[in-house]
Amino acid sequence: MTPTHPATRTNPPRQDRGVFGALIVIEDVSKRYPDGTVAVDRLSLEVPDRSITVLVGPSGCGKTTTLRMINRMIEPSSGRILLDGADIQQQPVNALRRSMGYVIQNAGLFQHRTVIDNIATVPRLLGWHRQRARARAAELMERVGLDASMAKRYPYQLSGGQQQRVGVARALAADPPVLLMDEPFSAVDPVVRRGLQEELLRIQEELGKAILFVTHDIDEAIRLGDQVAVLRTGGRLAQFAPPDELLSSPADPFVADFLGADRGIRGLSFFTSAGLNLDPAPVVAVDATAKQMAKRVTPDVPYVLVTDVDGKPLGWAEPARWAEGGKTLTPYGQTFEFGRDSLRVALDCAVLSPTGWAVGVDRTGSVVGVASQESVATAIRAAHAERAVRARDAAAPGTGARGTGAPGTGARGTGARGAGPAGAARRGGAGGEAGGAPGSAAGAGAEAAQ
Amino acid sequence: MNVFHFVQAFFSDGAHWHGYDGIPRRMVEHLQYSAAALGVAAAIALPIGLVTGHTGRGGNALAFVATAARALPSFGLLVLMFVLMGLSILPVMIPLVVLAVPPILVTTYEAVRNVDASPVDAARGMGMHPAKILFQVELPVALPLILSGLRSAAIQIVSTATIAAYVSLGGLGRYIVDGLYQRDYEKVVGGAALVAALALLVLGLFWAVGRAVVSPGVRRR
Repeated sequence: MTPTHPATRTNPPRQDRGVFGALIVIEDVSKRYPDGTVAVDRLSLEVPDRSITVLVGPSGCGKTTTLRMINRMIEPSSGRILLDGADIQQQPVNALRRSMGYVIQNAGLFQHRTVIDNIATVPRLLGWHRQRARARAAELMERVGLDASMAKRYPYQLSGGQQQRVGVARALAADPPVLLMDEPFSAVDPVVRRGLQEELLRIQEELGKAILFVTHDIDEAIRLGDQVAVLRTGGRLAQFAPPDELLSSPADPFVADFLGADRGIRGLSFFTSAGLNLDPAPVVAVDATAKQMAKRVTPDVPYVLVTDVDGKPLGWAEPARWAEGGKTLTPYGQTFEFGRDSLRVALDCAVLSPTGWAVGVDRTGSVVGVASQESVATAIRAAHAERAVRARDAAAPGTGARGTGAPGTGARGTGARGAGPAGAARRGGAGGEAGGAPGSAAGAGAEAAQ
Repeated sequence: MNVFHFVQAFFSDGAHWHGYDGIPRRMVEHLQYSAAALGVAAAIALPIGLVTGHTGRGGNALAFVATAARALPSFGLLVLMFVLMGLSILPVMIPLVVLAVPPILVTTYEAVRNVDASPVDAARGMGMHPAKILFQVELPVALPLILSGLRSAAIQIVSTATIAAYVSLGGLGRYIVDGLYQRDYEKVVGGAALVAALALLVLGLFWAVGRAVVSPGVRRR
């Protein structure tokens, strides 16, 4: 990056680029076609290392064009793009492309090659020996969750979701630092898409690539993105921010409209339930006496939550009727994992609960306490207030440079996400099947933040 | 006497099985003409079809040439070339090649052009050279259609190579032409049956080649 270049004005100084710095810098890039169409209009963006940057917008907003300019499938009309500090125009085009994984809609597999040979494509292009390339491909099949028995199958023998897994494995085969993903999951059904998204987040936690992800689906953008760039028709950047910021403070009516109706509720995914005030009082074990149980009843809570002797929830009971011998339990519905699931999950549990109280459990599934809809609401207010304070603190130093497109925003988002409760909340919200992985990821995030 | 009697009489006559005008010799001649014509036609049409299909350009010009070539009568062309060039293999080769180029050219162009765009896009995005994309991504998928073009060209050549006999050359056409002159219908029908059998043989050959060279992933079984 030459500091004298006029386009660097809006970009951060060089020292911002560290291990987690910007790997791809898009500087003031435009794409105009000879017929006068403007696909991308003076776009500046940064894609930090070890994070997912999502480009989202309606069709014709230039998001795919932007992605394709990064691997030079399309050449920009003006501006420039830096990869790890070097102008991509100066690099041999095929070598550049081999250094970036490329995943497209419908996977684009080679139907005449087996799964394993599809995945081995780029290593073979790089001159690896066939055996070594295949060994590497087998490794990647495992990484993306494909059974080894699929190695010798042909693409037509796979489902759409499996094909896309092969597509991701193929893109990762040569271990490129960058992954470009162009609407990779839009052609599969919602359930499979959800699985692929979770898989991508898991792979990203393990590998930590700089991922640029294009989608037209704002929910996908919010679920996956560490930061999200919303583009409007005509290829202009509308807002570039971490998803929680996008949901809480959209830059303009276009972004607000694009985010959709219940963005307040969706934004709760980024708040941890750790701040929730759980009440352990109405929780009793199933072997409690009627007298013990009666003591737990308060005027506010006519119900108690009965657990087994290990603390696992069994159901709600009315102590008065319980004492009379009518030992019927009302189903407790869903539970949320305290501190790991988001406030959105907690609120959902409270709304769905037959008693209006959400049941919070720990990692082992034992009840920690219960929370009313009112106390969830209190926690939401507190979380909002806390975020407002954080945002003010963050905005205080270096006020000038930070616009919507300012790269500093993105970097801050990444750190906060990995380290803070928000990151944990997202994983919790995504299903939380990863087991031990989130802990290590949170650790990595904490390093990032320091 | 019906056709089968003629056929039976022709093939059971020992004199037809050896010597200068024997079946083996005529068969070899016929195959030589056919293979040479198909080879030349493929050498012309395959590269042009592959390149135009890969780039997607020149499709209209190609269709025009193909239609024009198809409109040329093979027999008329043969006579014209014979008059211009005299007695050699060339006046026979030209109409056969002209006959075979259009099906090869058009199917190759269409086959490559219609290869699904997304694997090609993926290959470009992975940093594959254009020539490698053509031969390692597009060609294997286009192969069944290209083979079908070659196959129909080959069958047309085999059936049409009989005209070589009109300009005093050999091949299975000899039996038909001579038989007609000598009013020896046994010979005419026998020659025609041999040509038909050869055409079926070519069909079988292409089926076997298809099995051998087309990937199971493309054949889908």
